[in-house]
Amino acid sequence: MSTEKEPLFSPKNLKLLTEPLGKSNPITVQVLGICSALAVTVKLKPSIVLALSVVVVMAVSNVVISLLRKMVPPRIRIIVQLVVIATMVILVDQVLKAYAYDVSKQLSVFVGLIITNCIIMGRLEAFALANRPWPALLDGLGNAAGYGVILILVAFFRELLGSGTLLDMQVIPQAFYDAGYVNNGMMILPPMALVVVGVIIWVQRSRRKDLIED
Amino acid sequence: MRSFSNTYIFVFSLIMVTIVAVLLSFVSTQLKPLQDMNVQIEKKQDVLRSVGKAENAGKASDKNTYINEEFGKYITESYVIDFNGNRVETDAFEVMLGLNAEIRKAQEERNYPVFIYSENGGPRKYVVPVRGKGLWGPIWGYIALEADLNTIAGAVFDHKGETPGLGSDINTDWFSEPFAGKTIFNEAGEFVSVEVVKGGADPSSMHQVDAISGGTITSKALEEMIIDCLAGYVAHFKELANN
Repeated sequence: MSTEKEPLFSPKNLKLLTEPLGKSNPITVQVLGICSALAVTVKLKPSIVLALSVVVVMAVSNVVISLLRKMVPPRIRIIVQLVVIATMVILVDQVLKAYAYDVSKQLSVFVGLIITNCIIMGRLEAFALANRPWPALLDGLGNAAGYGVILILVAFFRELLGSGTLLDMQVIPQAFYDAGYVNNGMMILPPMALVVVGVIIWVQRSRRKDLIED
Repeated sequence: MRSFSNTYIFVFSLIMVTIVAVLLSFVSTQLKPLQDMNVQIEKKQDVLRSVGKAENAGKASDKNTYINEEFGKYITESYVIDFNGNRVETDAFEVMLGLNAEIRKAQEERNYPVFIYSENGGPRKYVVPVRGKGLWGPIWGYIALEADLNTIAGAVFDHKGETPGLGSDINTDWFSEPFAGKTIFNEAGEFVSVEVVKGGADPSSMHQVDAISGGTITSKALEEMIIDCLAGYVAHFKELANN
């Protein structure tokens, strides 16, 4: 493990941060963590809070597991990963309940369900267990951000088209409604989140041909 | 890869769970007062909303202080009664916080909290909390009655996890606003509550509101919740109205 000292933001490290935003995006390319992406994206605000929560949980879990990587017995490594994630999730949940009660109510079970978010366990198992803390942190941040970006993007369209608001502020002017415009009630239902994710995947693949499988 | 002995694994797990347990219990005890406060503020806000107050809670810079002030200003009296309308010496707010346990008892054994709203000594309104089972989890609400103890002045409802876009709409204004102006006793003075009607309420009826299409089970559960919880107040309301 005695490699030369790398600069903190070497191209290789930077790639850990940026790749999950596009080329290896957890949601649109790896199709992980879809469940919460469908459920909480009705409104922008809970989506942003969930995205931030996932960033915190993922970055910290990745670093902790990476620090422990030489001490964790391989036979119980999945249990250790789960304990670390679950601890972080409970902490985030408790803090939200204390300081952002309204949002925590909207997110209800989904904060708890971060535990089962496949992206997190996937990164711990695939990356943090084999890498040093700094790259692990970048990898965690990158993947969580890749997840968060899609979440917020989906929520943006769903709130705009479904409720005519953004962050609960009316953006579609009353004149539109007077002229006969109607909010698309379908956008509020989970299936439309799937369609929006599908459209995002479509747009992404039409721009990056290398992502298309045969 | 290094191999680890069983002893090491045991010790490792023991240390790990101990650290986690200490950390979590510490955080939990530290944040508990704040969390309890949030729950109380929410209940106070809902009581105020049922009488059309606390409308600026979203804009208030310090929501907790704002709600506490409003609650102290407008809710002038609160008390608890039993099924027969006799006063019970206990705190109404405590009973409301524990309403979940209360509704599991038989109607005759429950305690029933009442909050009295009055603005600058004006006419009183009586706010009572209701709670019941929805489709997926608990639903609850607050119903404010005018001084005649018959006409509904306002109502708010909320839920834990009803179907989004369907049953969850019980917490929207379009669902709860029609309750205002309805009456819970018929002309003969019998308790009839408010019916939540699928397919549209009869606009001339004093005891009907629209159900949510696609949210029939939640709507019906809400109707039953109101009957179940208000029934305990009937004796008390009649007594008050006759005085």
